Amino acid sequence: MAGSSAGMTALLCNMNKRIAIFYPTITYQRHNWCVIRRICMSVSRCQSQAQTKRKSAPQELVGVVGLEIHAQIHSNTKLFSGSQVGFQAPPNSLVSFFDASLPGTLPVLNRRCVEAAVMTGLALNCTINRKSLFDRKHYFYADLPAGYQITQQRLPIAVDGTLTYSHLGGRKRNTVVTKSVRIKQIQLEQDSGKSLHDDYRSQTLIDLNRAGVGLMELVMEPDMSCGEEAAAAVREMQLILQALGTCQGNMAEGQLRVDANVSVHRPGDPWGIRTEVKNINSARNLARAIDYEIQRQMFVLESGGTVQNETRSFDGKTGHTIPMRDKEGLQDYRFMPEPNLPPLMVYEACSTAPPGVAPSQVVVLEEVRERLPDLPSVRRQRLVETYGILPEHSFTLVNEDGLMDYFEAVVKETKAGPRKVIGWVMKELQGLLHQQNLSVSQSPISPQALAQILNLQENGQISSSIAKQVFQELWKTPGKTAQQIVKEQDLGIVNDSTEIHRICQKVVDSHPDQVQAIRSGNKKVLNKLMGLVQKETKGRADPVLVRAILEQKTN
Amino acid sequence: MLSLSIREVSLALREGRISPTELCRKCLNRIKKTHYLNAYITVTEELALKQAQEAESRLLKGAPKGPLDGIPFAVKDNFCTENIKTTCASKMLKDYTPPYSATVVQKLLDQGAVLMGKTNLDEFAMGAGSTDSAFGPVRNPWSYAAPYREQTGTEMDSDWVITGGSSGGSAAAVASLTSFLALGSDTGGSTRNPGALCGVVALKPTYGLVSRHGLVPLVNSMDVPGIITRSVHDAATVLDILQGHDVKDSTTITHNPSTLTHLFEDFDVRNICVGIPKEYHAPGLSQETLAQWSRVADMFERAGARVEQVSLPHTQHSIVCYHVLCHTEVASNMARFDGLEYGHRSGIDSSTEAMYSTTRHEGFNDVVRGRILSGNYFLLRQNYEHYFVKAQQVRRLIAEDFKRVFSSGVDVLLTPTTLSDAMRYTDFMQEDNRTRSAQEDIFTQPVNMAGLPAVSVPTALSNRGLPIGLQLIGPALQDRKLLTVAQWIEQKVGFPPIRYLGDAGEGEMGEEVHEREQTSVV
Repeated sequence: MAGSSAGMTALLCNMNKRIAIFYPTITYQRHNWCVIRRICMSVSRCQSQAQTKRKSAPQELVGVVGLEIHAQIHSNTKLFSGSQVGFQAPPNSLVSFFDASLPGTLPVLNRRCVEAAVMTGLALNCTINRKSLFDRKHYFYADLPAGYQITQQRLPIAVDGTLTYSHLGGRKRNTVVTKSVRIKQIQLEQDSGKSLHDDYRSQTLIDLNRAGVGLMELVMEPDMSCGEEAAAAVREMQLILQALGTCQGNMAEGQLRVDANVSVHRPGDPWGIRTEVKNINSARNLARAIDYEIQRQMFVLESGGTVQNETRSFDGKTGHTIPMRDKEGLQDYRFMPEPNLPPLMVYEACSTAPPGVAPSQVVVLEEVRERLPDLPSVRRQRLVETYGILPEHSFTLVNEDGLMDYFEAVVKETKAGPRKVIGWVMKELQGLLHQQNLSVSQSPISPQALAQILNLQENGQISSSIAKQVFQELWKTPGKTAQQIVKEQDLGIVNDSTEIHRICQKVVDSHPDQVQAIRSGNKKVLNKLMGLVQKETKGRADPVLVRAILEQKTN
Repeated sequence: MLSLSIREVSLALREGRISPTELCRKCLNRIKKTHYLNAYITVTEELALKQAQEAESRLLKGAPKGPLDGIPFAVKDNFCTENIKTTCASKMLKDYTPPYSATVVQKLLDQGAVLMGKTNLDEFAMGAGSTDSAFGPVRNPWSYAAPYREQTGTEMDSDWVITGGSSGGSAAAVASLTSFLALGSDTGGSTRNPGALCGVVALKPTYGLVSRHGLVPLVNSMDVPGIITRSVHDAATVLDILQGHDVKDSTTITHNPSTLTHLFEDFDVRNICVGIPKEYHAPGLSQETLAQWSRVADMFERAGARVEQVSLPHTQHSIVCYHVLCHTEVASNMARFDGLEYGHRSGIDSSTEAMYSTTRHEGFNDVVRGRILSGNYFLLRQNYEHYFVKAQQVRRLIAEDFKRVFSSGVDVLLTPTTLSDAMRYTDFMQEDNRTRSAQEDIFTQPVNMAGLPAVSVPTALSNRGLPIGLQLIGPALQDRKLLTVAQWIEQKVGFPPIRYLGDAGEGEMGEEVHEREQTSVV
């Protein structure tokens, strides 16, 4: 760092913090809260909104939602400097002279970050600008050491794209509803550092590890109308970025940061005054924040008030948004061109790049396009076609982190058909995972273990109800194998026909009414008797055999 | 020995006529003796002696690193130097020690050149007099030289003239023979202007030819490291070492420029066309400077060169346009000086904002603060189109003027560097910084707008005994050709070396030396 005078500790600056931005003054009137909450409860999904829209007079207010997504570029080094990008490193350990804005340092563009933005742009059907420019956006803030952020305000790297996303809709919420939102632009820009406020010592500590990390700012047009749509769009964006490897996409870790621009209006009218909702750390909270904000604005307007153009912060605990920054003195960022970076050029093919430039320094569209992996929509299509599963199942498989890989691993190792496997994955596995709030990767049962259970069943060694029982057992004692459990608890199927004959006879003898019913043609009653036999055998009897014997005995 | 050129002293070092440590000591002594010039902010005596020692052992082994091995040099105090204070002549960076060296400084050090110290300037290079420094004004060495003293005969301490600026300390260092070369920076003439007023060669290379990495910026799109020497050949030698692509500066030119050390030896003045821009007959141009301009133009003509009057119609708008562009970039570049990471920090800490504003108020002088204020005004959303965009458009017109002239067959433009010889400090301070800059940069500034190479060559002494310089401007990347023509002028004009009353440059003060020196220079 800054030589003798300023070591790393000098970055930990002593500041009294009467900064409005840190301490939002809550001007919102508290007595409105409960009212809003009640309204909020009464409306949940866009479907219901859309329906009311259609049914009632055109005067009905509807929500308008646009998103601004900051995606941290997954790269080894920062956007304009050679420092490493890392999230767990000690404070101020990944800071180059440029990142700390030492006088005389200059930005040097990281090609990897440009490629990430180009690849993302291509995946979102954007037009990639062959020439884009960098600008400086000025504001004073302790974690912005240069006093400006380098961004792409005038001519961003990619424009005019679309994101197609789906969510489960319909009455049973099992129909895949597909929509799209326009992407206005993708711009490359620098991340800021982090301010850590120590209230006790009245200090602000600055960590510049994040300062200068590459960001893609993805700006969406206000094509959405509710929290659910926004959450689904963000989820799809996340999946796309992860598939591309251009962003790790973890919202909780701040790799993907979503701000929502929310307004309400009557269809046909101009858009209403919007608020910007920040501080949203998950897709679920995004939906909550937006729906709350829409209801709040509707309430304000319906009670004769006006919506303020302001930035609001979402409080995950209360589910409310609260005013954050006063936009009264509208901030003027005093944009100007960044003079230290030549225009960013992207070439269609190697052959169209100018001579004399090292090929390693050139970003070529053709090459990036070739490296594009399968996108989530293609994966879903492939799952449906390859395994003959339902579209909504493919949707769940792709959208749940790691579920598709899990499913395919099971299919690979079992004789059971994919449609049988999907049932197990959707019902048994997902059920327990959700119940215990675990991710797929945390599942105590590996795909191989599930395949073993299915194989035991396929081979006729255990019945389907025993298979489920084994699954439950295995979940509790993941160290064991399915075979071990079957053996230890004597769960293997009973094939001894004398024994089964004996039990069947016992059941038939003790249920003369049912036998009579069967004999008079009500074959369904046979199932009841089968159940009773299985109860006797603890589900271990071969159902085919049992049915045959019972049919014979009730004939 | 100290008044030799780099070429000459380098030969002396190789031949063992003097050792690098002796040379270094002589320069250090001379720095002490000329302390009153206030040319240096920091003198790196210890380091210099150590570097000289290292150069000496290389030379003794007969393995010098190059033509600059063991040569003392000075650096304007707005270039970063690792572990050596870099103040920009501002209270803001009074105690700032950078952890790295500017590319140009590193290149010179890598060549074995010996750093004598950091030279004075206008705060953050904003000025044309080297009078607005937190460390006090720089005095022009010619104020103390025999010709001026003989003409004016006035009191030494009240009647000194300015060096010009903002690289006044660097120009004074080379002119007063304390260094053989010095780095300046040139944004609107900051190297050429003091070069002309101090009677030294001052080169502003093509924008992008020399790395700006480590130069604390004034206007990024116009800043170029400048080279100050006592001969054109020396400037070429230094440019040869400094030029080239730098991965740390994305605006440097990537292709390899031609080598410069050997200026065109087959140069024939009859093959060139010298343009004389008519717009440079500006109000305020002194009779003497005009006379020198005509004299050199005539020399060219008599020698068989084609001399043509040309027009650069948009030049007149250059200064006002420069002010807008300069101030906006200043407003932006100065934003990092907030007292948090480095530099001055105010004791006021009632809030972050209060700390920012008091830090910046205390740290910057009123020139810097004024430029920050107007620059931010020009960048406001409602003003951007009216000021910044317009100024950029005019900048393009100015650049196109030059392009048109050069594509019409003109090889170089010959102009004055400044309106007149150096002003007395007391006269100079009558006007504010802005007015002075507007006047002083008039001939030098358009070149920065267009990114072209230009060099100021000392031509003659005025009636007051002060240097007058002329400027040559060339097409982009024709630095070599430009220097070749400059060398031709240098050889024809016979500019006198500096000569002190009672000082042989390096000998003891005294009548005897004075007598001898006076007779030796004619």
